[in-house]
Amino acid sequence: MPTIKIPTTLRHYTEGKSDILVEGKNVAEALDSLCQKYPSLKKNFFRKEGLLEASIQIVLNKNLINDLQGNQTPLKENDILRILPTIAGGK
Amino acid sequence: MEVGAGLSRPYKKTVLKISQELLKKIHLLGEKAYPEEGVGFLFGTEADPRQVLSIYPVANAREKEVRHNRYTVAPQDIIRADEDAEKIGLNIIGVFHSHPDHPSKPSEFDLKWAAPYFSYIITSVQNGKATESRSWRLNEDRNAFIEEGIESL
Repeated sequence: MPTIKIPTTLRHYTEGKSDILVEGKNVAEALDSLCQKYPSLKKNFFRKEGLLEASIQIVLNKNLINDLQGNQTPLKENDILRILPTIAGGK
Repeated sequence: MEVGAGLSRPYKKTVLKISQELLKKIHLLGEKAYPEEGVGFLFGTEADPRQVLSIYPVANAREKEVRHNRYTVAPQDIIRADEDAEKIGLNIIGVFHSHPDHPSKPSEFDLKWAAPYFSYIITSVQNGKATESRSWRLNEDRNAFIEEGIESL
């Protein structure tokens, strides 16, 4: 099963857990699996149409999923997904 | 356009504790980055009030020509910062960045990309000299920043 790694700053949404095994053949299914386990993540980071909030980005191994096939990026058994806050701004 | 603390309903006022020494380091980093925007993470604890115990400067990953008014942090730097914070038993509790020749208030662009769980310290750097830092948190409705008090230790 793929693993989703949760950064320290988001672990209060996952009962303190850092590594969460999820089911799914692609990123969208893996995120659905994660949100079923931790509904507050869905409330806070996904818009109604299922899109990620701008403040969150997903990295598969070392690549942003936006640079791959987005939510439809296929996952292998031992893949590692990371949820990261987007850090951006400016005057 | 600046986004101040105009609120439709009251929110709990938060406080961020930080030492004078760390605040001075943030100012120096803002001056070093000038005329570009400098950026880094705030490491600390989630106690109430939050306390910054370390800072972690990172590179502004935006293109050179827009770094005077934009910043971003590369995913690998975020991962590295998060792992390094965890190694010393701390969390990323916020982000600091500088506003060259601009007030220390969040902009619409800051608002667009903000996350609700972070403290955002913004330092105004005027003509290369850091003049003021203020800290902000996104409100629950994510449509405005609320200034949080900086308690200097």
